[in-house]
Amino acid sequence: MSSTFDTIANIIAETCDIPRESIKPESHAINDLGIDSLDFLDIAFAIDKAFGIKLPLEQWTQEVNDGKASTDQYFVLKNLSARIDELVAAKGA
Amino acid sequence: MRLEYFQLIDRIVDLDLAKSTIRCEAKVPTTSTIFEGHFPGYPLMPGVLLIETMAQTAGWLVVAANRFERMPFLAAVKEAKLRTFVMPGQTLDATGEIKHEGSGYAIAAAAIAAGGKTVCDATLTFRIVPFPNAEMNEQMRARAIEIGYPMGAPADG
Repeated sequence: MSSTFDTIANIIAETCDIPRESIKPESHAINDLGIDSLDFLDIAFAIDKAFGIKLPLEQWTQEVNDGKASTDQYFVLKNLSARIDELVAAKGA
Repeated sequence: MRLEYFQLIDRIVDLDLAKSTIRCEAKVPTTSTIFEGHFPGYPLMPGVLLIETMAQTAGWLVVAANRFERMPFLAAVKEAKLRTFVMPGQTLDATGEIKHEGSGYAIAAAAIAAGGKTVCDATLTFRIVPFPNAEMNEQMRARAIEIGYPMGAPADG
């Protein structure tokens, strides 16, 4: 069974036509991979479907805009993977 | 339809929030300045307006699902297929279904049929945001009543 990161990386590679080998756990989806907000909607849709969750994009955006969080917390892929694992765990609780 | 005003939906025939589906009716006008250019001597409903008609159909469903508190804006059109010509005077049966409600976005499938035959279909992505201003919200609510937004649905939250 592939890891959460692998699943995300494969989604990004397929959705955004980015070489899979260039997608690392330390990659920032926006700053490093150049994914824009519209492409990220496609990624969010694929993640929602793959994990049976609803990524709280609006909440995250609000937290970043309010200065309560950095984009690194949500868009560096290893951190995004951790957030997804939390959401999946919360769903099963 | 009032093509020049982008009022492409004439009537909401059915709206089912439990099933996340909508059906609308739209009659292509027999005359319009748009037909003078598209095309001279052979008037056709422009494909971009058919796509807009699908977007408005699914859009009303998303507006209803968000209880008129937030507004969907078309963000992406995928797999749009314009299968046959649509002529002035034809009555269109437009349908939409929300396939996925995400955080701040929705994915919908939409189609238009005429005479029982599908003329176009597409998958649409909407960004969903708070209404930019109160006037737009009021205009949308007024238009909803004009096109028969069902009283039982939560137009007022």
